[in-house]
Amino acid sequence: MSSPRVTFNNKLLPYLLVAPQLAITLVFFYWPASQAIYQSVLREDPFGLNSRFVGLANFQRLFEEPSYINSFKVTAVFSIATAVLALVVALLLAVMADRIVKGRGFYRTLMIWPYAVAPAIAGMLWLFMFNPTMGTFAYMLRSAGYNWDPLLNGNQAMVLVIAAAAWKQISYNFLFFVAGLQAIPKSLVEAAAIDGAGENRRFWTIQFPLIAPTTFFLLVINTVYAFFDTFGIIHAVTGGGPGKATETLVYKVYNDGFVNLMLGSSAAQSVVLMVIVIALTAIQFRYVERKVHYG
Amino acid sequence: MATISLRDVRKSYGSQEVIHGVNLDVADGEFIVIVGPSGCGKSTLLRMVAGLEAISAGTIEIAGRVVNKLEPRERNIAMVFQNYALYPHMSVFDNMAYGLKIAGLPKDEIRARVDKAATMLQLEPYLQRKPRELSGGQRQRVAMGRALVRDPAAFLFDEPLSNLDAKLRVQMRLEIKQMQRSVGTTSLYVTHDQVEAMTLADRLVVMNQGVAEQIGTPITVYERPASVFVAGFIGSPAMNLVAAEVAPQGRGLALAGGGTVKPRDTALPDPGRKVLLGVRPEHLRLVNGANNADFEIRVAAVEALGADTLAHGHAAGAAEGAPMLVARLPGGTRVAPGDTLPLAIDPGMTHLFDAGTSRRI
Amino acid sequence: MVQNNQGSRIVAHAVLILGIAVVAFPIYYTFVASTLSLQTILRPPLPLLPGREFFTNYATALFGGVGRIGGVDVGTLLFNTTVVALAVAIGKIVISILSAYAIVFFRFPFRMFFFWTIFLTLMLPIEVRILPTYKVMVDLGLIDTYTGLTLPLMASATATLLFRQFFMTIPGELVEAARVDGAGPMRFFFDILLPLSRTNIAALFVILFIYGWTQYLWPLLVTNSNDMNTIVIGLRKMISFADADTEWHLVMVTCVLAILPPVLVVVLMQRWFVKGLVETEK
Repeated sequence: MSSPRVTFNNKLLPYLLVAPQLAITLVFFYWPASQAIYQSVLREDPFGLNSRFVGLANFQRLFEEPSYINSFKVTAVFSIATAVLALVVALLLAVMADRIVKGRGFYRTLMIWPYAVAPAIAGMLWLFMFNPTMGTFAYMLRSAGYNWDPLLNGNQAMVLVIAAAAWKQISYNFLFFVAGLQAIPKSLVEAAAIDGAGENRRFWTIQFPLIAPTTFFLLVINTVYAFFDTFGIIHAVTGGGPGKATETLVYKVYNDGFVNLMLGSSAAQSVVLMVIVIALTAIQFRYVERKVHYG
Repeated sequence: MATISLRDVRKSYGSQEVIHGVNLDVADGEFIVIVGPSGCGKSTLLRMVAGLEAISAGTIEIAGRVVNKLEPRERNIAMVFQNYALYPHMSVFDNMAYGLKIAGLPKDEIRARVDKAATMLQLEPYLQRKPRELSGGQRQRVAMGRALVRDPAAFLFDEPLSNLDAKLRVQMRLEIKQMQRSVGTTSLYVTHDQVEAMTLADRLVVMNQGVAEQIGTPITVYERPASVFVAGFIGSPAMNLVAAEVAPQGRGLALAGGGTVKPRDTALPDPGRKVLLGVRPEHLRLVNGANNADFEIRVAAVEALGADTLAHGHAAGAAEGAPMLVARLPGGTRVAPGDTLPLAIDPGMTHLFDAGTSRRI
Repeated sequence: MVQNNQGSRIVAHAVLILGIAVVAFPIYYTFVASTLSLQTILRPPLPLLPGREFFTNYATALFGGVGRIGGVDVGTLLFNTTVVALAVAIGKIVISILSAYAIVFFRFPFRMFFFWTIFLTLMLPIEVRILPTYKVMVDLGLIDTYTGLTLPLMASATATLLFRQFFMTIPGELVEAARVDGAGPMRFFFDILLPLSRTNIAALFVILFIYGWTQYLWPLLVTNSNDMNTIVIGLRKMISFADADTEWHLVMVTCVLAILPPVLVVVLMQRWFVKGLVETEK
């Protein structure tokens, strides 16, 4: 018999308890967010003295701006490549960790380090190894006759930030994949073995389909990560360059707002980002709902 | 120790009333069992006494004091919960002592009281253990100990034995009874188990759909059920209840599906009145010949339980689809499907209920 | 359990060791560099084993002050970052546990409105409100203060949701037992709820400590003066590839020092870390 939730009957106390969180959310979240929306439909004169209502003109101008379209493309390439790379490597390692008997704890302990490294520092670590003046690997690449300079070549810069971003995310994915693989009932794998399926076949026909929910969940999380949490990598490693080869949406909203001081445009970009976050969160929660149904 | 009295106590959730005016006077030291099927409102009633549910109308008094608006802690009661509700992170000692600590009792007083309760409940070896390290029966004892140390005006039990296995339930039932006898604290005990109800109660409150159908000693409730519901709820196997009409010219009762019953020592109401006839299976005797019988059944199925034999069948002359009647016969009785059994009702054990009101006639 | 054959297990170990090498190498590489002299670092390839400048480099960085960030020593940066990480983690936990407690254990007008207000902050990361939030910070005079660095980060829908979910698994009878025992709401909170939440708090602490330690955009916005920087921001300021003056040996030391504390927290509190990670994403 599930009775309604048991509660205390205090009148004032609950308000006091939610007050701190509510105050912070209102002052630092809702008020600024509403300001961003408000400013996205205004345009200021060059001196910042007057502003007038311009409707959706800021948005229209934004989507006509080639550099904004470019940053959309950059973000898409960067996010997809980062998510896929981080997922594939982590899955491979997790499957291997699932096959061994001894030493799982040892490998896990060493595998989780990058999670604790700040994204910006992850970027710097890779830059140390690959920067043209002092990086050992840059030196080796050039010795092998490859013209490596991520500070001048946009594609190479992109490869570098993707590597750094994916590297940091491997720990996280690895832990979830290991947990997902271990949640598969051993009897299923055993039944497949008795049916004569080899190790690789068992993986593709039994394990991989059964961890599909985990994989999908991680895909969403990794995309969100690549979208928002990698600002530090871009800012610390390439500064959006060379040219605008690594200027992601989040980097651009920062750069236009704080460096170029384009208020209306920055606000409009914020609103676009808001729509993207809402979409991603909605996908994430639909997924959570499904996970509940799967039990 | 104290009396408890309920005056027209009602409970509504929104516009829906779930307790329809219960009146009850509990004497000092009395053990009252509230019994009924799930959803009948018995737990709600208990929780209203405890102060865990608000009272929509009426008054509740504990020890002569109206407690309607008081918090549980101000009512001087202790409660034993269905799932024990032991604090998982506290030792057995701390679980029992928690209420006393909040009440601000001195340390040595707390220790003395907990030790005394622990001795009584044979919990001394476990005082430093956590609840998860105890068996179900031991947890149950701790929950009782927590109530005991408070030395409250009343104990409230909310289906305390329903999570134990059958054997332990019997044992704990006896222990609860003994404990209550020795401390003499007024108790309200909620259960859906009629055996528990019959064995524990000084008086029973049989609840159905938010109404106290009957309040009385277990024997009264068993022998003179006040309503069809009580008649069917108390007793196992359940009482035979058949719709019937009083036949003219003293020809007994005409059963709804056909056949007649002629209870010889019972005065019947006026002919034509629609009634429900109730007879407990254990109050039916096998007699010699139709002349000594109140009615006959044609046996359809037999269950030999060893000590008893249950014969299921239709009243002679009844149609195929008519309700089955059950007779509980001595273990050795040899009957087989197809037999016709002449049966007599034990003197005074015929129950008649009004078909309209379902109340006893 | 299906026994994998010897060969496949050796392959598995080999792949894992290779994986560890990839995962750990950047950190190891930086550690090695942090023990070399500036001259050695600037002449690649770097040796594979640590050099002899360990003590000199670390002492200089920690206490000597680094030229490019206005002579602030790395010790100050570490202190700032520790303050931020601890304040954010503890602040978030306190604020979230209180609001989750109110939402689960009380019934009051606007309860669900408050819940949704908190929940929807999930959709408002700093990036979508970047300039106006900065303006609020300026208006409130919170630039270059610890309050500014930490307070706005303390509201957390995730932590509130986690506590709410956990609280809803606490049996109602336990609350009733406490009420019958005479415990009021605050007493119940401190005597019963808090002890029962211990492992959840520990798990959340690890995740939030890392979160606080690795913040980038926020400290970048709200700190101007060098001695209020967190170590990650300080590190960024030390580096310039265009400039030959970069003190790379000190950069490497700072990098190692920036990585070490959170890595220690994750490794030493591994059990809670894994639990926290899995539960905050439910």
